[in-house]
Amino acid sequence: MSDEEIKEAAPPSHSVGVQVKGLRKSYGGQPVLKGIDLEVKRGEIFVIMGPSGSGKSVFLKQIIGLENPDEGEILIEGESIHAEGVMDKYRLAMVFQSGALLNSLTVGENVGLYLSEHRLKSPSEISRISNEKLEFLGLKNVRDRFPSELSGGMKKRVAIARALVIDPQLILYDEPTSELDPLMTVTIGKEILDLSERIHVTSIVVTHDRDLAFGVADRIAMMNDGNLLAVGIPDEIRHHRDPLIQKFLTADFNLNDKEPA
Amino acid sequence: MFQNIGELIVLFWRTLNALPAVVRQRRKVFDQLFEIGNASLLMACILSLFIGGVITLQTGPVLAERGLSSAIGGLVGLSVCKELAPVMMAILIAGRIGSAMAAEIGSMRVYQEIDALRTMNINPIHYLVLPRMIAISIALPILVIFAILIGWFGGGMVAVYNEEIGLTFQAFLGNLRDVVDLGDVANGLFKSFVFAVVIGIVSCHQGLVTIGGPRGIGRSVTKAVVNSIVLILILDYFLTRFLMYLE
Repeated sequence: MSDEEIKEAAPPSHSVGVQVKGLRKSYGGQPVLKGIDLEVKRGEIFVIMGPSGSGKSVFLKQIIGLENPDEGEILIEGESIHAEGVMDKYRLAMVFQSGALLNSLTVGENVGLYLSEHRLKSPSEISRISNEKLEFLGLKNVRDRFPSELSGGMKKRVAIARALVIDPQLILYDEPTSELDPLMTVTIGKEILDLSERIHVTSIVVTHDRDLAFGVADRIAMMNDGNLLAVGIPDEIRHHRDPLIQKFLTADFNLNDKEPA
Repeated sequence: MFQNIGELIVLFWRTLNALPAVVRQRRKVFDQLFEIGNASLLMACILSLFIGGVITLQTGPVLAERGLSSAIGGLVGLSVCKELAPVMMAILIAGRIGSAMAAEIGSMRVYQEIDALRTMNINPIHYLVLPRMIAISIALPILVIFAILIGWFGGGMVAVYNEEIGLTFQAFLGNLRDVVDLGDVANGLFKSFVFAVVIGIVSCHQGLVTIGGPRGIGRSVTKAVVNSIVLILILDYFLTRFLMYLE
């Protein structure tokens, strides 16, 4: 899908675009993000792929405002997220790697937490919306169960349902398929695609799962050691000449390479 | 250490600022109150029964030998309500409730539940710290009231049934009434309220700054309990001086 097609497919009224300029972040003098520049267009599924420890999850935390960058700027629809009131103006949601469901609450309470804590709806309305979102993700009869009673894939889907309650304009997914079997990986990938089409939300997906990345992405950014190596549509990344990218994309078990003992 | 104290003061200040939100969090306050009561009431009663008993046991025979057995009621009454009940209950609550608070909030921090709250624009201080602070500040003084009454009863029982003392319960209680007034009980309750705030803020703070997985949670729990107890014992001296000055 070309950039123009992506723009046309997404209604500008709902989804939002994100711009990142010169983003740097260090922990204890150790640089983790070394100057990231990129743009995520409205309504697209933008995948950030790279090996573990390359700074992908830290990058997401900066975008959602959980941490502040040392340098650089993050803009949503041209407005800095650190400016007064900007984070309240746009509806951003994040699906955490572990799901991050509150273990002391039931699934239904988790999904309706945003509405109940901000007193946005009546309890019966919250219950109806929670059920609706859970059913939207194919989850039935789990409303009264606790997160500890769910499988990894179900937890991830509940986390997505919780994110949907906000009616988000931007969803950030942190390793949405980690710890999942291939079938559940495909299910979650389909959910991401489906949501993008049905509610026209902008999605930023951080993953090291190559199948997921090429399966859902409109564009992919390759990240390594706090730097962006390349940004492009999946085909461009697949045929990119950078040896680090090729090494990451083609890494495989090859028992014949094993030196004899 | 100074950074920790600074963070504790900031957290306390933010919790005070969050006080108007307590009405909205009342369900969580009741839940926490129930948990604290459920976990500690029986233990508090047993502990205070024996504290009162042992004070009488230690002092009673010495006083009786010198013909001062009539003073036992006052001695036990004052020491239990002004010192032993507030301090011992605070130490008990630091161990039972402070540790649970640090562990619960710490695990929420480690497993990104607090990050999830923040992404939903839910303030963790309103949602987690405030209900716990309010609940412990109500629960500890109530437990201390129980502890005082049961401590006195325990002391009285030993005074009656110990052969070396051999006092009647009426005599024990009469002396206690002569010596102890409501101000002394209020003194103990005030101390317990301050101790509750200290336990709450130290434990919630340790939970919120937890890093590093299950080992980090363990470290936070230990720090919450140890720091709370150290602060309680240090503050107890200064509070006693302050309250003596007011008297």
